[in-house]
Amino acid sequence: MKYMLMMQAPRAMFQEYYSWPIEDIKAQVAFMRRFNDELKTSGELVHTHGLAGPEEAKIVRVGKDGAPEVTDGPFAEAKEFLAGFWIVDCESRERAYEIAARASSAPGKGGATARIPIEVREVMGRAPVDV
Amino acid sequence: MSAEKSTVAENLLRELAPRVLGAVVRRFRDFAAAEDAVQEALIAASVQWPEQGVPANPLGWLIHVAGRRMTDDLRAELARRRREAFVATETPAEEQVVPPPDLGTDADEDDTLLLLFMCCHPALTRPSAIALTLRAVGGLTTAEIANAFLVPEATMAQRISRAKQRIKTSGVPFRMPSDAERGERLAAVLHVLYLIFNEGYASSIGPELQRSDLAGEAIRLTRAVRHLLPGDGEVAGLLALMLLTDARRAARTTPDGELVPLMEQDRGLWDREAIAEGVALISDTLSRGSIGAYQLQAAIAAVHDEAARSMDTDWPQILALYGLLDRMSDNPMVKLNQAIAVAMVHGPAVGLERLEALGGDARIAGHYRLDAVRAHLLEMAGDSEGAVARYLAAAGRTASTPERNYLQSRAARLRGR
Repeated sequence: MKYMLMMQAPRAMFQEYYSWPIEDIKAQVAFMRRFNDELKTSGELVHTHGLAGPEEAKIVRVGKDGAPEVTDGPFAEAKEFLAGFWIVDCESRERAYEIAARASSAPGKGGATARIPIEVREVMGRAPVDV
Repeated sequence: MSAEKSTVAENLLRELAPRVLGAVVRRFRDFAAAEDAVQEALIAASVQWPEQGVPANPLGWLIHVAGRRMTDDLRAELARRRREAFVATETPAEEQVVPPPDLGTDADEDDTLLLLFMCCHPALTRPSAIALTLRAVGGLTTAEIANAFLVPEATMAQRISRAKQRIKTSGVPFRMPSDAERGERLAAVLHVLYLIFNEGYASSIGPELQRSDLAGEAIRLTRAVRHLLPGDGEVAGLLALMLLTDARRAARTTPDGELVPLMEQDRGLWDREAIAEGVALISDTLSRGSIGAYQLQAAIAAVHDEAARSMDTDWPQILALYGLLDRMSDNPMVKLNQAIAVAMVHGPAVGLERLEALGGDARIAGHYRLDAVRAHLLEMAGDSEGAVARYLAAAGRTASTPERNYLQSRAARLRGR
């Protein structure tokens, strides 16, 4: 079963992140690399990417004649932004939760676990067998 | 090369794959390395045979090529360990390329079974066991398996490699399980084959039609097990269940990939030959007094398949079979299906009562299927409003796109009335 694990972060955390002490950033990057390697080694990683910060985020709607209509927001009401995601293919929902908890154990500022919330959603796919 | 020649070679390779691997593992006793060597031999054959023709002794050819590859690796390994005592094998590497004298006899057929027991070992996760079985026993390439499960090839390669490592570290021997554990181990093999079938059958719709035919592969492997264990009722039951289910494949979806429920399928599209084979198989098995969960599921599938029109379905018989299945399985999904049969025999109100009782089971409470069945029974009872609410609740919870579309359209149809 495939699950998408989404790491959400409040807008303020993105700003704060840039001013972390360098060793804290290094520790977090090292953690993510290790974590991704673990998922690769277990044969469960389908895809992962971190996203650029929300500063450059745009909202796109279809405009006249199908042309993109790009605006800078409004993001005021958005409290949380997607920081990165994983798609994993694993044995059970419980295993997806385990992986998500591991992602959430990434070190934050000062080295302590940040407990960043990870949203877990099943990826839509195949049909069930008995209809 | 002609496409036909290529297909002939491919089918032959698939059939020979486990026997080659069995022979190489038997001689070299290193499953992980043997599996790699056999994959390379299979790939070499898939390139050479369609162009140059199939060798006179294809099995011997493959064992020889895989054995040579193993010997090369062993020589390299020997060079590395020149000063160390080499204890991996008792015979010098050079002597190991000679094919064993028992080729072509029952010994290499039994190897297929040994491999299945090994690949489906309970020490492996089910996704690992599935991947390893398809590669080592089914002879599929890693790319084909990755494509079938819609994951990157590197992910699948790692899953397979980890499974082999796991077999190595947990010391699973390449021999038949003892009589004491045989039943449980065979059940694990059948479960893996069942999961492969389900994965293939479930995904054989719409845009995913291009994926490898896992259902066909599962049937082929189960046939092989049946050939090796002709007296086992559950093996026969599983094969019959697959045949009787797969027979409905063409009727199960519209050309657009929309799901068609069993009761509304165009039965003219069902595969009569597969049904005849499945029915004969399950009838013969049950007549021997054997019973088991796969056999009962096959018997239920047979009752459905034998009805010329959905209204002719022998529901009392299906209800009785679910009663037997429920007594031997304690599975809430069985109870859920049983509730449908109850509704068909005794009316929707009685079926809905069964569902109320089931709602207290934590294993199924909140599962979309419970809501979907409840919606159907409410619709049968004439409670359109209640049915719509339940259809939509189920639609919100399923992770299957075709199922969601089906549930939504069901709700829309009722609202429109």
